[in-house]
Amino acid sequence: MKIQEPFARTFVTVRKWPFFIDVGVGLCALAVFFAVVHTGEYWLGRPVPVVPISLKSSSLPLYALYSVIRIGIAYVLSLGFALAYGYIAAYNKRLEPWMIAALDILQSIPVLSFLPPLLLAMIALIPTHQLGIELGVILLIFTGQVWNLAFSFYSSLKAIPREMMEASRIYRYSGWQRFWQLEMPYSAIGLVWNSIVSVANGWFALMACEMFQLKESSYQLPGLGSYIQTATYEGNMGALVAGILTMVLIVVATDQLLWRPLIAWSEKFKFEQVESADRVTSPVLELLKRSTLINSLSTRIVTSIGEPIYRSLAKSDSCRVVKPIDDDQKRGGFDVLSWIVAFAAVALVGWGATRGILLLRAVSGHELLILLAGAGATFLRVNGALLISALWTIPVGVAIGFNPRVAAVIQPVAQVLASIPATAFFPILLIGLMKIGGGLGIGAMALMLLGTQWYILFNVIAGAMSIPSDLKEAASLYRFTRWQRWRTLILPGIFPYLVTGMVTASGGAWNASVFAEYTKLQNRTLEITGLGAQISAATDSGNFPVLLIATILISLMVVTVNRLLWRRLYRLAETRYKLLG
Amino acid sequence: MPEAAVQNETLARTGEAIIRAQGIEKYYEQPSQNRIQVISATDLEIVPGEILALLGPSGSGKSTMLRMLSGLSRPSAGEVFWHGKPIDQAEINVAIVFQSFALFPWLTVLENVEAPLQARGIDPEERRERSLRMLDTVGLDGFQAAYPKELSGGMRQRVGFARALVVEPEVLFMDEPFSALDVLTAENLRSELLELWAKKTMPTKAVFIVTHNIEEAVLLADRIIVLGRNPGHIRTDFRVQIPQPRDKKSEPFTQLVDYIYKVLTRPDVMPQAPDQTGTKVRDQRQMHYQMLPHARPGGIAGLLELLLDKGGRDDVYRLADDLAFEIDDLLPIVDAAQLLGFLKVEEGDAAITETGAEYGNSEILRQKELFRDAAVEHVLLLRQIRRALEAKSDHTVPEEFFLDMLDEQFSEEESLRQLETAVNWGRYAELFDFDASRRRFVLPETQEEEAGAGEEEA
Repeated sequence: MKIQEPFARTFVTVRKWPFFIDVGVGLCALAVFFAVVHTGEYWLGRPVPVVPISLKSSSLPLYALYSVIRIGIAYVLSLGFALAYGYIAAYNKRLEPWMIAALDILQSIPVLSFLPPLLLAMIALIPTHQLGIELGVILLIFTGQVWNLAFSFYSSLKAIPREMMEASRIYRYSGWQRFWQLEMPYSAIGLVWNSIVSVANGWFALMACEMFQLKESSYQLPGLGSYIQTATYEGNMGALVAGILTMVLIVVATDQLLWRPLIAWSEKFKFEQVESADRVTSPVLELLKRSTLINSLSTRIVTSIGEPIYRSLAKSDSCRVVKPIDDDQKRGGFDVLSWIVAFAAVALVGWGATRGILLLRAVSGHELLILLAGAGATFLRVNGALLISALWTIPVGVAIGFNPRVAAVIQPVAQVLASIPATAFFPILLIGLMKIGGGLGIGAMALMLLGTQWYILFNVIAGAMSIPSDLKEAASLYRFTRWQRWRTLILPGIFPYLVTGMVTASGGAWNASVFAEYTKLQNRTLEITGLGAQISAATDSGNFPVLLIATILISLMVVTVNRLLWRRLYRLAETRYKLLG
Repeated sequence: MPEAAVQNETLARTGEAIIRAQGIEKYYEQPSQNRIQVISATDLEIVPGEILALLGPSGSGKSTMLRMLSGLSRPSAGEVFWHGKPIDQAEINVAIVFQSFALFPWLTVLENVEAPLQARGIDPEERRERSLRMLDTVGLDGFQAAYPKELSGGMRQRVGFARALVVEPEVLFMDEPFSALDVLTAENLRSELLELWAKKTMPTKAVFIVTHNIEEAVLLADRIIVLGRNPGHIRTDFRVQIPQPRDKKSEPFTQLVDYIYKVLTRPDVMPQAPDQTGTKVRDQRQMHYQMLPHARPGGIAGLLELLLDKGGRDDVYRLADDLAFEIDDLLPIVDAAQLLGFLKVEEGDAAITETGAEYGNSEILRQKELFRDAAVEHVLLLRQIRRALEAKSDHTVPEEFFLDMLDEQFSEEESLRQLETAVNWGRYAELFDFDASRRRFVLPETQEEEAGAGEEEA
């Protein structure tokens, strides 16, 4: 049992380190200040749709900075939105089913389909500054990040144990205190892991979205994605490699400086009765914990902001009485305001839907046929990619998972690999393929593979590690043949993990199809039959009816496959293939 | 009624009640006109200066009652008053000690205890000082920086007590506070609680404890209320006259335990409370499905064999004692044996019947046959499942079919538990089997055929 005096650690061990770290922290603050000023200047300048991209490697750091800031802002927006959305969905009985169904559909829509409406709206909103175009792209990245975060927060809130909720109620916690002491800590681990996936999705979308065509006009924003695309377009291999290396560097740095410390820190929110033996460690987190500046600053900030809030909330009427928990469950009567809101919503939806249907009339039967054929082709491609991923990752993942020492090394690497946007590699891969005579068809499959297989590998390793060693011993004791071992022990054991990995991968592959089936390379536009290509082409040419119907088709297919296949497999995994205790 | 207990009609009126419940009920509306009554209209008062214990078998709504009285749950009908004011408008000062402790694992012991004070807007220094003092009182001095997961169960519940007492509650509620602890730790904590109470170390004026442990109630309480079930209602309400400290071996103590035990096991004779709202309320005893006690067939066989060893007849309370069982764990098994006609309970004594004796003496295959006959004869639900399976051409019926029927009569949760028990019994008796992945009941024969045909499925 470890017992520490509450403040001993901060003041005693610290002496070895603080100066160098505090200087480091100070330098970071300076750098952030510069970044803010510089981006502010650029954003508030006049709108320049096509910013020329210089392929000199000296301009790479600035481009990387712009892209990182875009991702960062999009992520902060996503987190805020996800928290609000999840919170309302979890606590508002009347809205809950609507909001969850909406989430299910929204997460199946490919990111690029959001591009024209978001961008046009933002440019119309802020026509005189570069900020308008920037916001359009940032919101686009946002749509690729937000849904899984919202889902994660919502399901964490729903899973909070009843007695803990009752405790917060009987001790008259304010909503504020409940949020920080119960709801956020309980959701922290899920949010951290989903943030990793979200940011990876963000980079994936960013690579393709910094430079695009919409109707007649082109847009090109300074950033890493534009840099890589321009290098590809001009066939400048040196610049291309430099761009990709920068990308990899950023992903590895994010992993080491942000995600690993966060994962290690979030371990304390594990809802467990006994302390687990193996813990994630992060040297960066240890360093941060030892910085006197950060410690005293954060404590002072928390108390100076927090205490007045708690004091004033404690005096509010709602905190002086204990509100019955089952009042939350009641649907309650409709008041005038909610009638008005509901009516307005219905009217708005009715109007929008009518306009949408009118728009769809512009699509001819011939176009529809082509779209359906495309849907079939993309369907085959996505599932082919999934099959290939599963075929190689299952044996490799199991082999790694059964060897704990190898797994400890490989698992973090797989996690980083999953975070590197495959769209960055795509051009170089495609150039290579063209050289040996392959085409975009193979390239598209390769992009889907690159984007999705790591999720499956990651999960299969985790599944193989979770198979209890006594079951493995029993299998060797009874001299199971290799086939028997796989059929009775390994496959059922990894099944739930495999399903989770495949669902994530399948969503990713559908999204990737939009980027994979239509691309510009060395002054040419390459295109193959597929729903993704049709979405990209419709965006380029501003053909909104086709864009709309293609988007509907793609989300229809994703939702249907989810309902018919994945949900059933999930249930099977939960009932039959769950390893108990 | 032994001398140690005095019926509580006049005594409760001595002081002004802190919490007064007037005709509180709890029921759940069903889509059909029926509703499921969990607790029928009940009056209850919590007065200063007493430890009040609420006893009852599982399913009698003890915890629901606690939550209604503490303002956590709103009664479906009736009202709860705090010093004469409706409880949802009054600034009440209560605390609850939970069965699962309900500590926040990400906060240290000190932060856990400080949190309720923080909610009341108390300054950090005073918060810290009061919390440390309270941790000292419950014997956790020096553990303030530890996290709950580093502590043993008993110490965690001490944190739970500290958190509850630090707000100086007028009424301290406890929901089975000792049942997640081992026997010795529980014993220890109980006596420390009594000591705190006797020395008036805590400003608490009344304690309300929910428990299923009869001895615990008699040991602690100044007043005991026994609840009956289907729906929950007060069976008896009396004062305990034995002076503290109480000796578990003393004559008045064992007599009182015995008396409460008889109240708990005696067939229910209380009349149904009239319903004023006009909605149709169905009494579960008049309904056609019996409530299946959640016991396993193995447990029933074990009980019968034990009874045979004791000459076929024994006091149920003594049986529980011999087995080191909680009464609450033994009662479902006794109920199940009684339902199947293997056992008769009279005046707290369990007597084995003729079939029961045969069952106890048989080997396993014969036991299954006897169980099957008894189940089909006495248990309607099992009979219906079997008939439905025989009647259908493919010999399978989805689970929902029976859930729908049970839903008319039980809450959703209870329906699921009823079916779970039915599956347990049916499988043992080889009446039918249940395919968990398809959520369907199947006949054992068809199961075998399918197993031959569908080898790939696994």
